[in-house]
Amino acid sequence: MYGKGLRTLSFATVASFFLALGLVFFYAPLEAEQGFLQKIFYLHVPLAIVALCGFVAGGIMAIMHLRTRDQRWDMRSYVAIHMSLIFGVGTLITGSIWAKGSWGHWWVWSEPTLVSFLIVFLLYAIYQPLRFSIEDSERQSRYASVFAIVAGAFVPLNFLAVRLSTEYLHPRVLGSSSNLPPKMRLTFLVCLAAIALLYITLCKFEMTAKHTRSQVRALRRALSGEASRLGRSAVPTLDQAPGRAAGMGTGTPSASVASSGAPAMGRPGV
Amino acid sequence: MSPARSLASERPSEGSALAHDMPLRPPSLTGTVAALLRKELLVELRTLGSVPSMSLFAMSTFVIFHFALNRNSVDGDLAAGILWVTLLFAAILGVNRLFVADADQGGFDAFLLAPVDRSAMFFAKVLTLLAYLLVFELIAVPAFGLLLLGPSLSAAMPELLLILLLGDLGVAVIGTLVGALAVHTRARDLLGALLALPLFVPIVIGGARASSPLLALNHHAGSSGRWLATLGLYDLVFGLIAYAVFDFLLED
Repeated sequence: MYGKGLRTLSFATVASFFLALGLVFFYAPLEAEQGFLQKIFYLHVPLAIVALCGFVAGGIMAIMHLRTRDQRWDMRSYVAIHMSLIFGVGTLITGSIWAKGSWGHWWVWSEPTLVSFLIVFLLYAIYQPLRFSIEDSERQSRYASVFAIVAGAFVPLNFLAVRLSTEYLHPRVLGSSSNLPPKMRLTFLVCLAAIALLYITLCKFEMTAKHTRSQVRALRRALSGEASRLGRSAVPTLDQAPGRAAGMGTGTPSASVASSGAPAMGRPGV
Repeated sequence: MSPARSLASERPSEGSALAHDMPLRPPSLTGTVAALLRKELLVELRTLGSVPSMSLFAMSTFVIFHFALNRNSVDGDLAAGILWVTLLFAAILGVNRLFVADADQGGFDAFLLAPVDRSAMFFAKVLTLLAYLLVFELIAVPAFGLLLLGPSLSAAMPELLLILLLGDLGVAVIGTLVGALAVHTRARDLLGALLALPLFVPIVIGGARASSPLLALNHHAGSSGRWLATLGLYDLVFGLIAYAVFDFLLED
């Protein structure tokens, strides 16, 4: 269930990236004022949009987690926010480069979108420390969900507040895709799709990896006869949820078979 | 979401079967909030754990600003910024202490055992923090006027009070949520501050922009309506969000 469709998705992502890059470098016209530098727009803006959508999606998944108490929603929320944070770093770096190139400063406070993105990023950077410093895994996922909901709702509020606070010093030429020339617009949309696909693929990869790792851990634990949890982790635990083991696919049956007295496979590594 | 899960709604049927002589009416929300608020204020009055420290912190911060900026008096943007930064940082001290007694000395457990609506805890804590902030500002704002502010404080007064009140409301709501979120973590003081600061940014924007013309040397009022609306809207929306999710922090 976790690894299904991963290969197709990966190929689709790679293909869309080649298409997007081709369009960016060979199809889209050079912008009159900024020239070649403006190409970073095709990376920066989609990264930002996808990261923000990921943050909000993480909040929605957290709502689902609190409603259903299904650990898998917590895992999805965690992965969505984790990946959005990584995309967020990309957004801040590309934004900084763009600002340096076009306005001569690495950071401009007069660009409300960039500033509000930084605030949102700073808030979400606490997500993993918060998870990590709560010992109990049930409470960890519950608190993380509350955080994800609050922060998800904070994203649009914050953008509104920061935008209000900024007088428009710089003309917002490339703020939205609505006032772009058609060629640029098409390129932008393809780039957006490629980045969104990349996000989804990476999320799916991470989810699969986490799921596999938790299964391997459960097996190792069953083999070595250790009942205790291995250390503390900020990652949601799927195998720990009591009463949910039956729904976890292949983990439980093989674990119960294996627990019949095989010697330990060695230290359960982290 | 909260009334369905609250113990209060289950109580009447159970209570009427169990007890004959005791009138087991579930306490009303306002009654519970009032009782909790009374408890909080009583504890604060007896221990003096939060408000005096917040006030002292603010005073020391003003002194530090005086030396750091090397200015004897400030006005306008600078004054509004110093005032709001100091107020918010001092508020974080209060936020960090807000739930500590409940977590360490069984206050949460006792509250969860009581057959009352859990939202009562949220309202009571918001009102507690609001009360702390108001008392604290009674000391800190005049001290700011005395120590650092160039123009007279009384010129800015009626409008500044409204701005401070709206800001306090937002700080109280966010502080309650963040305090409850951080109190069960290992690094509670650290996480509380780190969580609260980004969420305070819209309050700083609204509060500082609204109060800077009031604190300017050539005082001109009347242009702060937009920022007051921003503050009010943020308070309202965040209040609703916090109210909706707060119950989940109390389960155990």
